[in-house]
Amino acid sequence: MTDTAPAIELKGISKAFGPVQANKDISIRVMPGTIHGIIGENGAGKSTLMSILYGFYKADAGEIFVAGKKTEIPDSQAAIAAGIGMVFQHFKLVQNFTVLENVILGAEDGRLLRPSLAKARGVLKQLAEEYGLSVDPDAPVETLSVGHQQRVEILKALYRQADILILDEPTGVLTPAEADHLFRILDNLRAEGKTIILITHKLREIMEITDTVSVMRRGQMTATVKTAETDPQQLAELMVGRKVLLQVDKAPAQPGATVLEVENLRHVDADGVERLRGISFDLRAGEILGVAGVAGNGQSELLEVLGGYREATGNVRLNGTPLPLSGPGSDGRARRVAGIGHVPEDRQREGLIMAYTAWENSVFGYHRDPGNQSGALMNNAAIKSEAAGKMERFDVRPPNPNLKAANFSGGNQQKIVLAREIERNPDVLLIGQPTRGVDIGAIEFIHQEIIRLRDAGKAILLVSVELDEIFALSDRIAVMFDGRIMGERDPSQTDQRELGLLMAGVTEDPGENAIAAIDARLEEKENRKQPRHG
Amino acid sequence: MDKMPAWADAVLVPLFSLLLAALLSALVILAIGESPVEAFKLMVDGALMRSSGWGYTLYYATNFIFTGLAVSVAFHAKLFNIGGEGQATVGGLGVALICLYIPWPHWSLALVGAALGAAAFGALWALIPAYLQARRGSHIVITTIMFNFIAAALLNYVLVNLLKPAGQMDPASPVFPAATHLPTFQDMFATEAMPLFRGAPGNVTFFVAIAACLAVWVLIWRTRLGYEIRALGHSESAARYAGISPVKIVVVAMLISGGLAGLMAVNTAMGEAERLVMNATEGAGFIGIAVALMGRNHPIGVFLAAILFGFLYQGGAELALWTNIPRELIVVIQALVILFTGALDNMVRMPLERLFLAFGRKERA
Repeated sequence: MTDTAPAIELKGISKAFGPVQANKDISIRVMPGTIHGIIGENGAGKSTLMSILYGFYKADAGEIFVAGKKTEIPDSQAAIAAGIGMVFQHFKLVQNFTVLENVILGAEDGRLLRPSLAKARGVLKQLAEEYGLSVDPDAPVETLSVGHQQRVEILKALYRQADILILDEPTGVLTPAEADHLFRILDNLRAEGKTIILITHKLREIMEITDTVSVMRRGQMTATVKTAETDPQQLAELMVGRKVLLQVDKAPAQPGATVLEVENLRHVDADGVERLRGISFDLRAGEILGVAGVAGNGQSELLEVLGGYREATGNVRLNGTPLPLSGPGSDGRARRVAGIGHVPEDRQREGLIMAYTAWENSVFGYHRDPGNQSGALMNNAAIKSEAAGKMERFDVRPPNPNLKAANFSGGNQQKIVLAREIERNPDVLLIGQPTRGVDIGAIEFIHQEIIRLRDAGKAILLVSVELDEIFALSDRIAVMFDGRIMGERDPSQTDQRELGLLMAGVTEDPGENAIAAIDARLEEKENRKQPRHG
Repeated sequence: MDKMPAWADAVLVPLFSLLLAALLSALVILAIGESPVEAFKLMVDGALMRSSGWGYTLYYATNFIFTGLAVSVAFHAKLFNIGGEGQATVGGLGVALICLYIPWPHWSLALVGAALGAAAFGALWALIPAYLQARRGSHIVITTIMFNFIAAALLNYVLVNLLKPAGQMDPASPVFPAATHLPTFQDMFATEAMPLFRGAPGNVTFFVAIAACLAVWVLIWRTRLGYEIRALGHSESAARYAGISPVKIVVVAMLISGGLAGLMAVNTAMGEAERLVMNATEGAGFIGIAVALMGRNHPIGVFLAAILFGFLYQGGAELALWTNIPRELIVVIQALVILFTGALDNMVRMPLERLFLAFGRKERA
């Protein structure tokens, strides 16, 4: 062990952006043939570190050693030459090229494409057999599911003979089954002696697949430990710097009367693709209905329709009163007046005006309420003092209502939105991705607030792509796939595997053939969307 | 702190831009063999050292305040209204019709009537581009600039075929009735002992412009509508989420913008010419863009920038009158100021920002 040189060794890497120290004196050793996890909260500096390793940024100080040799990596060409491959969170594929064309792009052997393509076809076939990385080489990338597109990215790196593979939050867009498959591929790669660096914020993934894990906090490496010798609780503490509760305490729900009835909701988007295909459910007071699903299966559209900024057909009744789904009286303002609060999925694009101060944001969407008016003008003094109170109750830091929303951290921005929506005391609260990009410490607080609201007898519709979150909070779980609800489960009667299959549109247990069944459904889904490209 | 303080952004950036423009202008003047120092002295003498100079400076500034505010209001909704020229032209038509066809008993009432007419006509001219932008996504920059040409053609037609008195060679409306003549600064402030503002066109409309600054400030930062306009300007997706109708806000913001631009015509048609002439706007609609940019879309900034451009206009006229510097060169100087304060804003801001950051770091260290 000690006589082999590390595949990658970073020594004293520092990088500052202006006055912000993104990386501070970071040293790390990654041994060959291992999977090394790097975990940390958003903004901890993980991506900066990897960008330095891949030649996107130049470190202010520090040295990089690849296989024991000091290496300068001024650009990504140099990184590739050093045998480093990177799979980005957002794929860098040409959508209307085939898999083969994407793989050779930038690595063509000569002016003529044909020999390169033929060679790549052979290599791809071999890689597919070796690692279980099978993709149809002649399929245009746009027809592939997200999981397959990710495989193309991995193939690209391997085709360039990468020995070290960096994956940046690779499971963010995958169904649990696809993530499992990815992990099996990573396992194979490790067995063949490849070195893998896995960047993630999911503790479960770290525990499941890595050999060693490094924890980053505020630009610094706080610890590197063997995965077998640690546990999620300890890792969470290392990430946050204090003790955190990973489990939410909650009593069983005591559902009351039905508050929201949704029947046969349908929505066709601007490209002519049907995004909601007959959604029906009931939501009762005092319960949380969790909507699970991989991003992009209609959950966003569902929230937007109910929140009043996307038109749809079907029936929605709130406390027995029908709500208009298009035309006048169907906007967000009308929904708020009717008693539907909404914490949107994307707080920076929707929930907040980033250039507005916290106090201005504290009435965003409710700014027409009589209480916020004083004659013809807005009652800014009252809004400001109320905002200060809300910020204190929701532990927003710093509790300064005059600060712009952009100057708060993700978690505190989310608390500003939550405070605004919850303090209005709505009958129904729509919540999308409540803890996306929120640090662990704030997640704890946000989950408790959601449970508290439920216990106060409010009806809550929770949409999240994090299955753990769905399990932790929901009293009932509905799974969406391709614009439909595939089924509803009691969280105590189901497990990740069953939900994972539902999330891929597979309703009956396929047993051994799970992957084939999933692929078939995902392909159907992509084909349904084809007209918009034509 | 990754930005420089707000005061530096608001004060130092325009100041440096101005200095750069002045420096370059000086070089240009040197190049044609005149003395920049003399030229500058002449400009200051002509525009600021005499009350009649101020009368001209403030007259021009009045125009620029209105058009600058017009651009600002639209800009808060992230709309780039470069149709101020056309909106002011059509606003002039409103002023002319109201002054000519309604028998006003007193100038004060006529001022109110003409202001309403000018605003209404200007707003109307902005309505079609606004509607096209809001409903059809036709880009407002393209449509408003097109509407400038249509406005010029329309005015031409109306003056020549409808308003021009029979037998008159000049394509202009008849002179407005005496009861609609607005008091100039001379009428208001000059006494036997102190003959101030003699012959200068500056008039009571300047105070209307100051009131407009105040009104725009209240609108943007104190009303619900202003809150919604700014919200839409920052993020359309967030505005939709909050139940703010982008269509409605785009149309309303453009109506207000067009109305403000239209108001400029009160100053030119009613306050100065006392009749409607061709091309009375003299490019003030476009100057408004520079004024708004330099004034950071804030009424106080717009006011100050408008005074500056008023000075440049009046000072430039003085130069043309007293030196061999040709009229075209004065346009070059004005263009340089616009270029530096408006278009090349970031060229000055970025080095300044770096300077500030460097100093900030040294202080902390």
